[in-house]
Amino acid sequence: MQPTDIRNPDYFHRVVDCQWGCPAHTDIPEYIRLIAQGRYADAYMLNRKSNVFPAILGRVCDRPCEPVCRRGRVEEKPVAICRLKRVAADLRGDIDHRLPTAPSEKNGKRVALIGAGCASLTVANDLAPLGYELVIYESLDKPGGLMRTNIPAFRLPVEVLDEEMDQILRMDIDLRLGHEIKSMRDLLENGGYDAVFVGTGAPKGKELNLPGRHDTKSIHIGIEWLESVAFGHLDSIGERVLIIGVGNTAMDCCRTSLRLGANDVKVMARKPRGFFKASDWELEDAEEEKVEIVVNHSPKEFVVEDGKLKGMVFDLMEYDIVDGRIADSRITGQEFFPCDDVILAIGQETAFPWVERDIGIDFDRWDVPVVDRVTYESTREGVFFGGDAAFGPENIIWAVEHGHQAAISIHKYCHGEPITERMPPGMNLLAAKMGIHEWSYSNDYETAPRRAMQHMSLEKRFRKLDIEVELGFTPEQAAREAQRCLNCDIQTVFEAPLCIECDACVDICPVHCLTIAPNGEEEDLRERLTVPARNLDQPLYVSAELPQTARVMVKDEDLCVHCGLCAERCPTAAWDMQKSELLTPYVHHEAADQPPQGSLGKRKAGAETKEAPVRTAA
Amino acid sequence: MSYIARPKVSHPALARNELGLTMRDYEGGMSTLCAGCGHDSITGALIQAVFELSIPPHRMGKLSGIGCSSKTPAYFAASSHGFNSVHGRMPSVSTGAAAVNGRLQYIGISGDGDSLSIGVGQFVHAMRRNLNMLYLIEDNGVYGLTKGQFSASADTGSTAKRGEVNEQQAIDPCLLAIASGCGFVARGFSGDRTQLVPLLKAGLSHRGFAMIDVISPCVTFNDHEGSTKSYRFTRENAYPIGHTDFIPPEVEIKAELGVGEAQQVQLHGGGSILLRKLDHEYDASDRSAALAYLSRRQGNGEVATGLLFVEEGGADMHELARLGETPLADLPYERLCPGSGALADLQDRLR
Repeated sequence: MQPTDIRNPDYFHRVVDCQWGCPAHTDIPEYIRLIAQGRYADAYMLNRKSNVFPAILGRVCDRPCEPVCRRGRVEEKPVAICRLKRVAADLRGDIDHRLPTAPSEKNGKRVALIGAGCASLTVANDLAPLGYELVIYESLDKPGGLMRTNIPAFRLPVEVLDEEMDQILRMDIDLRLGHEIKSMRDLLENGGYDAVFVGTGAPKGKELNLPGRHDTKSIHIGIEWLESVAFGHLDSIGERVLIIGVGNTAMDCCRTSLRLGANDVKVMARKPRGFFKASDWELEDAEEEKVEIVVNHSPKEFVVEDGKLKGMVFDLMEYDIVDGRIADSRITGQEFFPCDDVILAIGQETAFPWVERDIGIDFDRWDVPVVDRVTYESTREGVFFGGDAAFGPENIIWAVEHGHQAAISIHKYCHGEPITERMPPGMNLLAAKMGIHEWSYSNDYETAPRRAMQHMSLEKRFRKLDIEVELGFTPEQAAREAQRCLNCDIQTVFEAPLCIECDACVDICPVHCLTIAPNGEEEDLRERLTVPARNLDQPLYVSAELPQTARVMVKDEDLCVHCGLCAERCPTAAWDMQKSELLTPYVHHEAADQPPQGSLGKRKAGAETKEAPVRTAA
Repeated sequence: MSYIARPKVSHPALARNELGLTMRDYEGGMSTLCAGCGHDSITGALIQAVFELSIPPHRMGKLSGIGCSSKTPAYFAASSHGFNSVHGRMPSVSTGAAAVNGRLQYIGISGDGDSLSIGVGQFVHAMRRNLNMLYLIEDNGVYGLTKGQFSASADTGSTAKRGEVNEQQAIDPCLLAIASGCGFVARGFSGDRTQLVPLLKAGLSHRGFAMIDVISPCVTFNDHEGSTKSYRFTRENAYPIGHTDFIPPEVEIKAELGVGEAQQVQLHGGGSILLRKLDHEYDASDRSAALAYLSRRQGNGEVATGLLFVEEGGADMHELARLGETPLADLPYERLCPGSGALADLQDRLR
């Protein structure tokens, strides 16, 4: 194998599994260390830099970071990253003076943002401090998009939502509520905008056209029903409710039903467990509230008598599962479930009836706009898409990242610069050694299991619709949980010319991830390691030839706990622990033509050359 | 040394031996030796060897004298028996232990100071008695614990860290062992584990005294340019006389192992050794030829490594002294202490 190129910023970035997994590349290990030190405000601000809504996301993020957390491979449960983020938000104190502000003198560029959801708000957050004149059009009477309409208040309190949106909206942003854009052509021709950003989400719930669907008023579309509840248009539901679908919207629907008076709520799943779309923790929370999840039932028809819903008939399904995939299925019978209401939560899609099809904005054969994955530009110059509106339903953190990238494109477009020439990310490396056996991080391994989140008691939580179920971590719980973080950004960095091949590092490594061996092809080398490296998702760190025997040092990154013992035991400092800091360019870096410097001084890797890989959104 | 304990986590796919134990179950305390010490690497090799042989930790006795080397027993097999004894007197203590319980697997760990200076008499007599044990000399040619004076194994002409030249002759423990009648003599290098681990396994399976001299660089006082026991010098001048494979008893020896040229030695303790010679003129079963060969290599400034001499079938101390098979600890009290009448009878016989 060729020696690993650690100058490529992607290499060490990838080692920080959580940050690599987060679409917005939030510097998770660093903010967890700040929380461990009780520096909640600093942790909040670091979070805000990349993910903009720490308090909101600390409650309702889909947490792409947690399933990939190294701790989850070393033992069973990942670090409770998301809930630690909430701690930083809960305990941050007053940070108003640290928030970005808009200059009183504008730069003369006007940008329209359609839809006041997380994507548009992120664009606004990035562009307002540069002096852009921003107009947000929102068809509803309140901003927030799906964060307000689709996420129930018992998961995301309205005050939390309003507070974080206000941090952005207060920057001289012209928010036009109840203003639905009915014609894109009209906006483009008569609006007088330099650029337009579409962040209208995926507002259309999918239909289930089975017999009886339109014979009653008791069948609801999940996201529309949640919106009616959020705006107080609906405050009751029948006693027996069937939810069709097992995604996260289904979980919100079943739990909301319980709070509106239902007492027998069943979530009907077509497939067995393991094929559900809902996150495990959302399923757990629903089941804690005694929601029954019924598997292998495929909807067949609605039974309606005289306009009144009696129940639903389902096909009983049987599946052949081979290697975790459904190879075949058959119907083995039918079953009737009585109910008073049905909520359809089987997905949602984008809808653009207001975008004319002859104005240069192309749509593909699924009627989804054609949007560039790097620049977020549509096929019409100056029109950008982000969030669910761009590529269909994802989640908030993706929309935030789309917003950051679209802001860069909008800025470049407005200033006549090519939008594909973007600043590459950089990587800073700084020695973590503070003295003999002294490191700039706590390298002792915390053996504690993941802290359990305290919930509001089952008796109390149903009394009102907006009683928050999760109570958040106490500072003590947070301090303990923070220590479970393995500090994956404190990288093991190897200098082959210094190595005397004494084996000290190989022997001391608690997880046997180091090997000194003759070089070979990757497939062969992976099998010859101290413990074979069979997790192919994780790279091998291969050194240059060692000076004395021409063998190579190989590190399997998979299970390294970043304890630093290899560096402590190395007599020549060939192994060193160095803190990596990903330098993500935002629009203000592009505007100032000044790459991010980070907090660690001069950047070392990747930045000097334009050939360094440009981060793509995918 | 390090100040944090080795984390208790381990790789979930870590291999298990016949006893269901992993390498980590054979670990000991955290080493307090200098970072990069050859001794720590030997500890690693020992852990691998006893793990692969599936030796139950409670069936091992670890013994040592005084010196950096003699701290080694603390760093592996934490649940085994151990005795850190007096400088150069580990062979006597081992003799006593072996006499009262011949069923344990004894591993003595000594250094060039402990075995070739203060303890050289004890060392030679342990070989003469043919104690059933593995005896390791962690050989770095220097008194590290007293800040780097030449030891008895320092080669003539080699220099100390500050440049003084050693003018005295060296004692080569391998030549000494072959000449003293030892039945298993090998030399390894802490930096070559593929060679060392099979040697350790073979030594552990040999019935009688198995002496392995392991060149073990002292990173602090003897890893410099004028040293003949540094990592670099040893790597450049090691002369492997052959490759030793230890074959466990249950494994059938097949031609694919390269038996054609190999010399096979059946071990008393089970298993066998396959010695694939690199140098055809070498015969590891001929004591006088081995002495001549090693002296010649030494004259060329080469460090011959590998299994240098092996002779199976010699009677060990237990047989020579006609000691009982049952450990004293397992004897019923009446036999262990037959009473004053028996003592009087014995004394009468000696009058």
